[in-house]
Parts: sequence; structure tokens; C-alpha cells
Amino acid sequence: MMGLLPPDMIVEANTVRFDSLALDSGANLSPVDVAYETYGTLNAAKSNAILILHAFSGDAHAAGISQETGKPGWWDNMIGPGKAFDTDRYFVICSNVLGGCRGTTGPSSVNPATGCPYAMSFPVITIGDMVRLQKMLVDWFGIQRLLAVAGGSMGGMQALEWAVSYPGRVAAALPIATTTRHSAQQIAFNEVGRQAIMADPDWNGGDYYGKQPPARGLAVARMVGHITYMSDQSMREKFGRRLRGKESFSFGFDVDFEVESYLRYRGSQFVSRFDANSYLYISKAMDYFDLTSGNGTLAAALEQSHSRFLVISFTSDWLYPSYQSQELVRALRSRNRDVAYVELESNYGHDAFLVDVAEQTEMVRGFLAATFERLS
Amino acid sequence: MKPGLVREIYGRSDYAIIGEIVEPKTKVLDLGCGEGELLEWLAVNKGVDARGVEISNSRVRRAIARGVSVFQGDIDQGLADYPDQAFDYVILSQTLQETRDPRKVLREMLRVGRGGIVAFPNFGHWRVRLSMLLSGRAPRTALFPYEWYESPNIHFLTVHDFEALTQVEGLVVERRFFLAGHRKVKMLPNLLAEVAVFLVRRG
Repeated sequence: MMGLLPPDMIVEANTVRFDSLALDSGANLSPVDVAYETYGTLNAAKSNAILILHAFSGDAHAAGISQETGKPGWWDNMIGPGKAFDTDRYFVICSNVLGGCRGTTGPSSVNPATGCPYAMSFPVITIGDMVRLQKMLVDWFGIQRLLAVAGGSMGGMQALEWAVSYPGRVAAALPIATTTRHSAQQIAFNEVGRQAIMADPDWNGGDYYGKQPPARGLAVARMVGHITYMSDQSMREKFGRRLRGKESFSFGFDVDFEVESYLRYRGSQFVSRFDANSYLYISKAMDYFDLTSGNGTLAAALEQSHSRFLVISFTSDWLYPSYQSQELVRALRSRNRDVAYVELESNYGHDAFLVDVAEQTEMVRGFLAATFERLS
Repeated sequence: MKPGLVREIYGRSDYAIIGEIVEPKTKVLDLGCGEGELLEWLAVNKGVDARGVEISNSRVRRAIARGVSVFQGDIDQGLADYPDQAFDYVILSQTLQETRDPRKVLREMLRVGRGGIVAFPNFGHWRVRLSMLLSGRAPRTALFPYEWYESPNIHFLTVHDFEALTQVEGLVVERRFFLAGHRKVKMLPNLLAEVAVFLVRRG
């Protein structure tokens, strides 16, 4: 199949190194590597750049077919020629977040001071730190103003942080299926994940590199995550009470149900591509994120932004429920900011932003085209 | 174009009148904006900063796909969040008769906007009167095509009714237009106008 694809669909990961990054905690990280991919062509005026921001477990490989793995990007249905983020018109960048484990500096990276992986000596990071690093990347490209920043879930948090922290640098922000701050329930799910990892003896205080990683803990964390990404209805439709490869119960604790099998499979898959310490650091950064902090109110925070906003939520998303997006939209309206909002019908729960793309596509395309037209 | 004829925008002469009223480079909020046709026209042709509110999910989607900033919500919600005098114009096109509390909507429109543009179907039109007189039933005309139990219209008003309300509310009527099809009505508007368009301000 790969031979039939146009050659520009094959994408390669790149890395750029920066001397140092000042963190919200007061710590300094140096040096810092950023892994990124780009799609499309930056125009001469450098006015057609869009920064895509990935969710919790995502990476820089947002679109196209990876030269390294042969796999499509995590938002390949939205980014590409003629797609919502149309690479025939726009230059699209996606980078792995700070604290990640897919090429950007994180707890699994080697600390040049010690020659060993940082592990738990890695400084605690925030969404603001992730965005500060992305801004260094954007500066490095020589891009003065991004046409848009866009992402779902944690990617949406970064989009909001961009719009508020660098108001002159972002023409449009597309926060999708996201929130301006985690609720107690969202923090609680993250904490279950963290505790599952830390309760695994193999976690060993974070010092497991070169040894047996906390695979069981990380898999459990991922299983919990997957439940929160789906909806009651999508799980009923996908699994119901169907048994896995058997006619009757085993009267034991092996896999009986299809859903058990699915979660175990997803859990074990995740272990091979994700670092447990990155899980701890990134999930904590999400929990710390609060757009109101330091600004008094959400409206006061958003008043600093001059971007156009397209906010999207999904009916069955109970992890990032629509009321959180509506809170954001109301705060924007209260300061008369330019915002479009719609709650899309979907049965896919939080995963909807990744899979239910037909309606998103028509809106994102129109929204970007109108924004681009206004700027030029 | 024959004298007295009004051109149309998307097949609607009230849109054409609104397009005439709205000054270039202003800020406009359209309540119940549908698929955003009028807003798009105003943005493209008058450089207006256009925003809309619409309750229907599918219409909001199509409006956003047109590049118009529309959010999904009802008119009451839509207005409450905005600061005072945030817009130059707030438009309510053929929706006043569908709102639960038209007076409240009108007050909110003029809190949020310096000018309010209200277009509504005239229940005083002779065809409506005749329909009711002859049939003895709730009138059904081209303008009011619904059975009474299906009608979205829950408040029926005439040109005179609206004029009277502006007096009660202490509003200044800056401009008024009366339409029958694509013609401007010059006399006896309460009898001859199918649609009325008013530009009002707070007194």
C-alpha cells in the first residue's frame, strides 16, 4: 500500500535543541530537545502556519505516514491535502510536549549533568511550560503569528494557554473537547492512574530505566483512561456483555468479557509506547492547569486574548463535559471576544474529537478559511 | 430595477433592508441567525464584525462552515452574557413573534446594542384580517402558513402594536420600512405591509 501513496504523505520526525527553558516552578531545564513534524509548505509571508497540539498520550506524529513506523498520524483524518487542516493551503506543525517520551525532553531523557535518565529528578512541569517551549519552536521557524493553534483535550488546554499567554501571536484558537481547568472528577481519574503506576513495585521510585518498567501499573492506568474516553453507549455498542471466544463463563478471573479483553489489550499496547514517569508528569501538569490562576477570573484571563475562537464539545463526552466548554464560551462572550461554539452530537464520548470528524471538518475548514482571508 | 422595488439578499427583502441600514465596519449581533447568510453578506459586503446566536445545532454548524462566528444557544442566554453596548446593532429578524417575552428581549437587545433592528411579519395585513373574517378560524396566509397548533409564532403583533410598544418602552424609532413582497409600502402600512423593519434606539 505504502508504495501507492503520494511521496509527500510519508513524514519524518525532526528534532531541534534549545539551550535552556525556564519553568513555572522556578527550575531551569537545559538543554531541551523538541521533536516535531511538519506538513504542507510555509508561505513566503509565513502567515499560513497552524500549530497542532496533541492530547495526553499523543506525539508529534499527527498526520501522514511515519517513515519510521509506517503508521498514520493520530489526527490524520483531519490533517492533510483537502482535509480540515488543509496542507495544500496551510503549513501544519505538531511537536511532542515537554515531559513527553516521544523525542521531546522528559523524565526518560538523559540528564547531561549525571549521564543518567532524569526519572523523578525531572522538574515538575506545567501546561504553561509546554507552551513556552512550543513558542521557542515557532520563533525558531521565524513565524511571527500563527494562523491557528488547535487541539483536543490536553491539546485544547495548550491552545487556550497560547491564546492567553501570547495574544499577538495567535490569530485563531480551536480548543476542542477541553476545559479551562480540571474538575475534581478529572483530577480524581488522573490520580487513580498515578497511584496505579506508583503502586507497582517495578516503578521503584521512578528508577526503572534499563530495568523492568512498571508495566502492570501503567497498563491499569491506561485501562482507566480508556473507560473515560468512551461513553456508556459506545461501550454497549462495541462490547455489550459479549464473551470473549467462549460460550459460557469460565468461573475464574481470566478474561470472560470482550470488554475485559479490550482493556487488557489497550493497557499492554500502551506500555510499549509510553513512559510511566511521563504519565505522572504530564497528568500532573493537566491537573495544575487553571486558566483563571493569576488573573482573578476566567473572563479577565480571556480578555487578554485577541484570537478568534472556535470551541467544540460533544454530547456524550463525560470526561470533558459540554458545560466546561460553555463556561469558556460564556466568559469569552462576557468580554465580547469573537467566539463560535457548537456542541456536536456524538456517541463516542471523549474520543469523538478523534473519530467523529465529518462535522468538525466542515466547520474547521470554513473557520480557518475566513480567518486566513481576514488576515490577508 | 423598477422604482419602489426592493432587491433581495438570499431571497429575502427584509435582509436587503437590513443590509441597507447597517453601516460599514460596525459590530453586529444577529439573534436567531439561521445559517448565517445575512451575517456572511454583511461581513463580505460591509466589512462588519459579525456574530450570531442560533438554537439549531445543524444551522450553527453550517453557519460556522461559512466562516461566521455563531454560537449555539437560545436568545435569552445569548444576550445575557454580553456586556452593555457591546454591539452597534442587534438584529432580530422575524423572530420577535416567537419569543416568550418579547419586551424582555427588546430591552436586552438595547442593553447589548446601541441600535436594535427588528423585522417582523405584520399580523394586521389585510389578507390576515380577511382570512380570519371569512373563515372564522385562526388565519392562515402565505406569511402565517401554520396550523395554530404547529405555529412557532406565539405572539401576534401588527405595525401599530409595535409602534405602541416603542412608546411604552420609551424607544426612539430611527427608521421604519414596510414591505409587501419586494415592494416598499408607502401608505397604510398596517393594512398593506407584510413585513415591517424597524431601527430603534433607547430614548
